[in-house]
Amino acid sequence: MENLGALALILAFCFAVYSLAGSVFGAWKNKPFLIESARRSVYVVWGLVTLASGLLVYALITSDFRYAYVAAHSNRDMSVNYKFTSWWGGQEGSLLFWTFILSTYAAVVVWTDRGKLRKMFPYVIAVLASTQIFFLIFNAFVASPFQMLAVGKGITAVPDGQGLNPLLQNWAMQIHPPMLYLGYVGFTVPFAFALGSLIARQPGDTWIHTTRRWTLITWMFQTCGVLLGAGWAYEVLGWGGYWGWDPVENASLLPWITATAFLHSVMMQEKKGMMKVWNIVLISCTFFLCIFGTFMTRSGIVSSVHAFAQSPIGNYFVVFLAIGIATTVYFILGRLDYLKSETQLESVVSRESAFLFNNLILLASCFAVLWGTVFPIISEAVTGEKVSVDAPFFNRVNIPIGLFLLFLTGVGPLVAWRRSSVDALRRNFIAPTIGMAVVMIAMVIGGVRHFYAIVSLGLCFFVTWTIAAEFWKGAAAIRKKDGLGFLPSFVELTHRNTRRYGGYLVHMGIVFLFIGFTGAAFNKDTIVDVSMGEKFQLGSYEMLVKEIRDGDTPDFIWQNATVGVWKGGEFLGDLKPERRLYKASRQPASQVAIRRRLNDDLYLNFSSTGEDGKRAVLQVYVFPLVSWLIIGFWVVLFGTLVCLVPSKVKLQYARTEVVGVTTSEHAPVS
Amino acid sequence: MNTRWKFGILIVIVVGTLGWLAAGGVDEAKAYYKTIPEVQAMGSEAMTKRLRVAGDVAPGSIQRVGKDVHFTIQQEDLKLNVIYSGSDPLPDTFRDGAQALADGRMQSDGNFHASRIQAKCASKYEAKPGGRPAADPVYGAKPKSVS
Repeated sequence: MENLGALALILAFCFAVYSLAGSVFGAWKNKPFLIESARRSVYVVWGLVTLASGLLVYALITSDFRYAYVAAHSNRDMSVNYKFTSWWGGQEGSLLFWTFILSTYAAVVVWTDRGKLRKMFPYVIAVLASTQIFFLIFNAFVASPFQMLAVGKGITAVPDGQGLNPLLQNWAMQIHPPMLYLGYVGFTVPFAFALGSLIARQPGDTWIHTTRRWTLITWMFQTCGVLLGAGWAYEVLGWGGYWGWDPVENASLLPWITATAFLHSVMMQEKKGMMKVWNIVLISCTFFLCIFGTFMTRSGIVSSVHAFAQSPIGNYFVVFLAIGIATTVYFILGRLDYLKSETQLESVVSRESAFLFNNLILLASCFAVLWGTVFPIISEAVTGEKVSVDAPFFNRVNIPIGLFLLFLTGVGPLVAWRRSSVDALRRNFIAPTIGMAVVMIAMVIGGVRHFYAIVSLGLCFFVTWTIAAEFWKGAAAIRKKDGLGFLPSFVELTHRNTRRYGGYLVHMGIVFLFIGFTGAAFNKDTIVDVSMGEKFQLGSYEMLVKEIRDGDTPDFIWQNATVGVWKGGEFLGDLKPERRLYKASRQPASQVAIRRRLNDDLYLNFSSTGEDGKRAVLQVYVFPLVSWLIIGFWVVLFGTLVCLVPSKVKLQYARTEVVGVTTSEHAPVS
Repeated sequence: MNTRWKFGILIVIVVGTLGWLAAGGVDEAKAYYKTIPEVQAMGSEAMTKRLRVAGDVAPGSIQRVGKDVHFTIQQEDLKLNVIYSGSDPLPDTFRDGAQALADGRMQSDGNFHASRIQAKCASKYEAKPGGRPAADPVYGAKPKSVS
């Protein structure tokens, strides 16, 4: 079995190499059968990687502890779904998981886009295959999940494994890594399309639709992954936060930022034929940031709470990044004529300008986060002293950036393409601006003195208004013309232009997220060391510990405190924060208790018992508005799905001529 | 004024503001990575900077004193007493023998006052199968029934 798995990975590597060679050579010498065989070998790679993955998962589920990986990352008493989760719980397995997702994406791409974009397709396959080769090198030769435990000359099993890290034994951890990987890995696809079109000088804008769609799908996964990670940190780590600007968190945020920028600026290319070089650069950055993020997570180059075991795989990533970036830069520079902009910016007050600043500011944010993340490396190289920066740095830069972006979210839809007249601006802006001012003044009167919080909630109101107005106006027009009912008119409106109105929904979700972020300005916390029945208080909540109990399960030993909660004399219920000690790994883990409400969350962490076991040390937090993050998450997800539904009405852009190439030998195809 | 100039000026303003914020942010948030011998060699200079000091938690040294936690980190023979008084709970991986990263300042009493602790239980992930598991967790982290 183990030999079969290892063999499958080596064969997959060979087929990936064939896929690359066949497609490039086939395109070069114009041999369709070679290209077709390269295309088919993408399926073969998928089959082989799936087989290997299946074997590993089978070994995990049957607790076959002859495998070093199984012994190190699972144990007998874990439930089946956590045994499955162990697939991505460690270095070797998660690298195999990377490859599995990548080959699945590749197979889906060659299946769904078969027969389309013939000219560039070999290069798309080549890019996908190159990335596969890179990861298959790890799977097959460097970090094989099929390593066996050998004693003497025979293969031997240990009686029980070490178990999965208990911090990972949580529902969010079952979904978070796959989502994040689907995002991370998925950005290979739009990158492959972008680079493929560049190499083949694919004329026209057909490829950009495909790329945009794939970017949107992967963006959706990445968003889910990042937010689920935040949710997991909030629920499991017990430190009461959801984002700590840890290098690994930053690594997942970086490609998300550039992808977001790409999704916006690609509209400039579709509608105005502008920013072509920029878009290629953005999608390439996204891809390389994904690889860089994987590298940062795995190599231990920056210290992080998440870091996987330090390992020598870092050098491979450096080489891959160097080759990849050099190749991309070479093709961009070699094809600048193909990427010429067709129009110029006309006015500072225009939709184009809003997009431009959106991109500028997103990139600035990305740069600041990257800079802060690698600061220890840079400072050590420059001054010889290793200096790190933490949350205050990131917050200081990113809060103003976030607020400016929020502002643009509201402004963007209100300004016209090309240029906006002063009259139109006044008409569109006067109501939401007054509304925003009222909200801000009300907050100040209400006693809020936190500057950013006031600005943020004011802007949230402003953006909500502008989005609602867009829906309202559109739906009213449809009601008048088609005589539809109230709700159907909104559905009809959205269906006619899913990208636009789905986009607004995503923006609305972002507003909810900002409401959630803003709540952090009003967080309260305290640590109490109390005996049974002793009352304590935080904010408007009153609490007391009723009892402390302990017990035993096959997997862990637990101890929990029953805490009664009152508010204004009214009993709200009991919360049971728990501490566990996992037997296999001897690792403790806290299970916090959270009372979630829209206005605030009460969050209890049972950190220890006092001397005699009759006292409890509790960390108590109140987090206002944090539940809005969850609402925001669902709205963003829903909005993105709406964007992916094809529009009912085929859009006619003002720009009719399709412009790709301006040189004589590559005449534009229209 | 032509459009190109207007954009140029706006971009400079935006980037300039962010650069200024970032520069200020670095000063506010920077911490120097030092080893225990380096901290001890710094003498009184150590008290002027925010530091991050890494070391192994000396077995048996973790004590809870009121809301603070006292412990010792060591690197070979050199030791440093740490007083943690931050508001965040200590990480689950923090226990005897774990690699801890203390973030804070040296005080004139010779103790290191940490406002944040990160801990990595290096032994867990890299332990050889069949080898001894990591040390038991300590300071009340262990429910009574285990002992």
